[in-house]
Amino acid sequence: MSNKYTEDDLREELKTKEYEYGFYTDIESDTFPVGLNEDIVKAISLKKGEPQWMTDWRLEAFKSWKEMIEPEWANVSYVKPDFQAISYYSAPNSKPKYDSLDEVDPELLATFAKLGISLDEQKKLSGVAMDVVVDSVSVATTFKRTLGEKGIIFCSISEAIKEHPELVKKYIGSVVPQKDNFYAALNSAVFSDGSFCYIPKGVRCPMELSTYFRINQAGTGQFERTLVIADEGSYVSYLEGCTAPSRDENQLHAAVVELIALDNAEIKYSTVQNWYPGNAEGKGGVYNFVTKRGICEKNAKISWTQVETGSAITWKYPSCILKGDNSVGEFYSIAVTNNYQQADTGTKMIHLGKNTKSTIISKGISAGKSQNSYRGLVKISPNADNARNFSQCDSLLMGNDCGAHTFPYIEAKNKTAKIEHEATTSKIGEDQIFYCNQRGINTEKAIALIVNGFSKDVLNKLPMEFAVEAKKLLEISLEGSVG
Amino acid sequence: MDLKEKLLSSFLVFENQLEDDAYMNDVRNDAIKAFEEKGFPSKKEEAWKYTSLNSILKEDYSIFPKQENAIEFSDVKKYFIHDIDSFKIVFIDGKYSSHLSQTTHDGMDICLMSAAMSKPKYRLHIENYFNKVATKDSLPSLNTAFSSEGAYIHIPKNKMVAKPIQILHFSTGNESAVMLQPRNLIVVDENSHVQIIERHQSLTDNAVLTNSVTEIFANKRAIVDYYKIQNDNLNASLIDNTFINQKRESVASVHTFSFGGKLVRNNLNFYQNGERIDSTLKGITIIGEKQHVDHNTLVHHIEPNCESHQDYKGIFGENSTGVFNGKIIVNKEAQKTNAFQANNNILVSDKATINTKPQLEIFADDVKCSHGCTIGQLDESAMFYMRSRGIPEKEAKALLMYAFSNNVMSSVKIPEIKQRITKIIANKLGVNMGFDL
Repeated sequence: MSNKYTEDDLREELKTKEYEYGFYTDIESDTFPVGLNEDIVKAISLKKGEPQWMTDWRLEAFKSWKEMIEPEWANVSYVKPDFQAISYYSAPNSKPKYDSLDEVDPELLATFAKLGISLDEQKKLSGVAMDVVVDSVSVATTFKRTLGEKGIIFCSISEAIKEHPELVKKYIGSVVPQKDNFYAALNSAVFSDGSFCYIPKGVRCPMELSTYFRINQAGTGQFERTLVIADEGSYVSYLEGCTAPSRDENQLHAAVVELIALDNAEIKYSTVQNWYPGNAEGKGGVYNFVTKRGICEKNAKISWTQVETGSAITWKYPSCILKGDNSVGEFYSIAVTNNYQQADTGTKMIHLGKNTKSTIISKGISAGKSQNSYRGLVKISPNADNARNFSQCDSLLMGNDCGAHTFPYIEAKNKTAKIEHEATTSKIGEDQIFYCNQRGINTEKAIALIVNGFSKDVLNKLPMEFAVEAKKLLEISLEGSVG
Repeated sequence: MDLKEKLLSSFLVFENQLEDDAYMNDVRNDAIKAFEEKGFPSKKEEAWKYTSLNSILKEDYSIFPKQENAIEFSDVKKYFIHDIDSFKIVFIDGKYSSHLSQTTHDGMDICLMSAAMSKPKYRLHIENYFNKVATKDSLPSLNTAFSSEGAYIHIPKNKMVAKPIQILHFSTGNESAVMLQPRNLIVVDENSHVQIIERHQSLTDNAVLTNSVTEIFANKRAIVDYYKIQNDNLNASLIDNTFINQKRESVASVHTFSFGGKLVRNNLNFYQNGERIDSTLKGITIIGEKQHVDHNTLVHHIEPNCESHQDYKGIFGENSTGVFNGKIIVNKEAQKTNAFQANNNILVSDKATINTKPQLEIFADDVKCSHGCTIGQLDESAMFYMRSRGIPEKEAKALLMYAFSNNVMSSVKIPEIKQRITKIIANKLGVNMGFDL
């Protein structure tokens, strides 16, 4: 042995040893062991081939997460997930990265077809570019070239970390900091994948960008991270649709979505969420604890539209920070709860700049034994001269075992602020049903009709393809709730 | 020694002086225990998110004012609604003042809590009603533990009380800081009707903290009309806890006029235990300087076919802060409920703040519930209209503000109160006019 075995070598060996025989082998497999510790965070980062700054960023988040406690203020009750019983990374069995859809596991495609969101169809008919996230790893990206020509970057976030680190580094965590809240911190530490989108200056994105999320494998929490950046004067409409197959045990979903609209930019973000809500007895179902927030610079606009029909528990407040002067924030929401579902959803509009405007339209529909809450904040800071807000929260109750709740917080610190808030709660009128029955429309159809009318204000804000899907979803969600 | 410790140790002394029976003793001990456990509410509690008591709790309050202080009627006449005949129950530094008061036992009891607590003939009533509707939260509990004086009003069946009852609390400021805990119990039996006016007034600039609890029982078809005039000086703080238990077909209304005080917190709770009940909660708040007024209302609809109406108007100037937290709960059984709530605010200064949180919790499907909440400014075109007709800016503003709050005034049933409030508003807005144009 000519080489001397030094202390440094030993240290080096020890450092890598754990990975060699412990976690390193696990990384080879597609699902990590359950539980969460610093090593798992490091392993996720390593597995994804992330640069050191990203690993550090995750570790920082994990450190603060350890010191945080789960929030309890929401108007929902559930069995708290055991964070040590979750596997924090899983990928589909087939190797990722296909050149064409033909190479994708046919079984997967079949599932999509069952869900009525055939990729082929989407691709051909609607001209929607899709970045499909199946249990955390993107398996197909379409229309990339068309977008590429315009300079638009639309890829998975792990790809963006590798290929556009300067953008990711600059913006990730700038709207939702790692320490923002319990679930955001958890997500920051362990996010597996998600979408990244950058629209360059002055570009109007020619198509609706869309991502379908699914939860596929039992016992895996899904931690998506989405980052959308609209540079000065650009426009993008982004769709997010979620469906999940039936599951018996509760699944945790803690996503973070960050939107950045620079000067004069506009982002329209639409969501249709239809995760498994649990069966009629309230067993199973997805826990949806999402942090969504956008920041508007000068003259920018962010518009959130959501149709929430799924999940056992929803805890979601897409928010707008109206930082720049003349910026605009909008929130349109339909939340439907049936059976034992619980939803606590709403928005935050934080007015910081002058002449900022915000609109909130929230429609809650409760049926079965469900509880549906609207919780929103409108805050006018002392410098936000001439801020304007209009909020409307309407609730529709079907049956006598459900509840509708409204918790609006309004804080104004500027004398030029104009804020209006109104809320109503009512039920479907017997006379309305009677009118429909009389004209040969059966009760179930009549309710669908009335509910669609009730939620029209929001449905109108959805892009066309989504609106059709959402309407169907509303009908399906309320099936059998005729009392 | 902080105020909580001081209160706890004072309780031991206080308890020894009392000649309570076992029943009252238990009530007091449970209450002090509840207070000891919970302490003063902090901003961490949802109901106190926008109101911090820290600034008023740091004073070294004297808990048992030392001696009885006489004041002349002529000095305090202006605080009474004196142009009408009325029953009066007057307290000076928490002690009953017989020469300023006018009470009665003729067919009804308009007298003192201390008498009701000590005399055997009231025993049954105390056991049936005392502390029965007040919540077990920390501040009402604190009051319960120390309750010894206040107004006791019992109107028996089928009685229309001919004149209003005024309850006045004066503090003379003989000590640098004093804490008062009046306790009122008002029981209105079937078909009876009563009007009550309550006011807290300190006569000097020394600090006063009042933690008042009022329990009102409106039995079948009773009508209770309650007015709170809050126009105290800037070193006086008031925590008012009012609980109203309504029975079938009763009608109760509470009007709260908040113009004064350093920190005012109104916890106003209505419980509708019966069908076809009507509840009204209205208020006008006009404050400036560093004042803080918090209205925390609860209307709990428990049974079907009831109504509630809430209307709170606020005008906030200078560095003042206004809080409105209105909660409506509709139980599953309370079908055909109509519950309305409105909260309108005007900010007239850049440093003023308004935090409002109208809350609906609804478990029944066949209901009509709505709430509306606005924050805005005076209409500029209306201002221009008046200015162009020679009305000075200050007066024009005052007119608009008065008009803004007039909705609340319209349901005041005693004209003299209306006049008095109008005068206070004019005073507050710095104009000399009657508004009855």
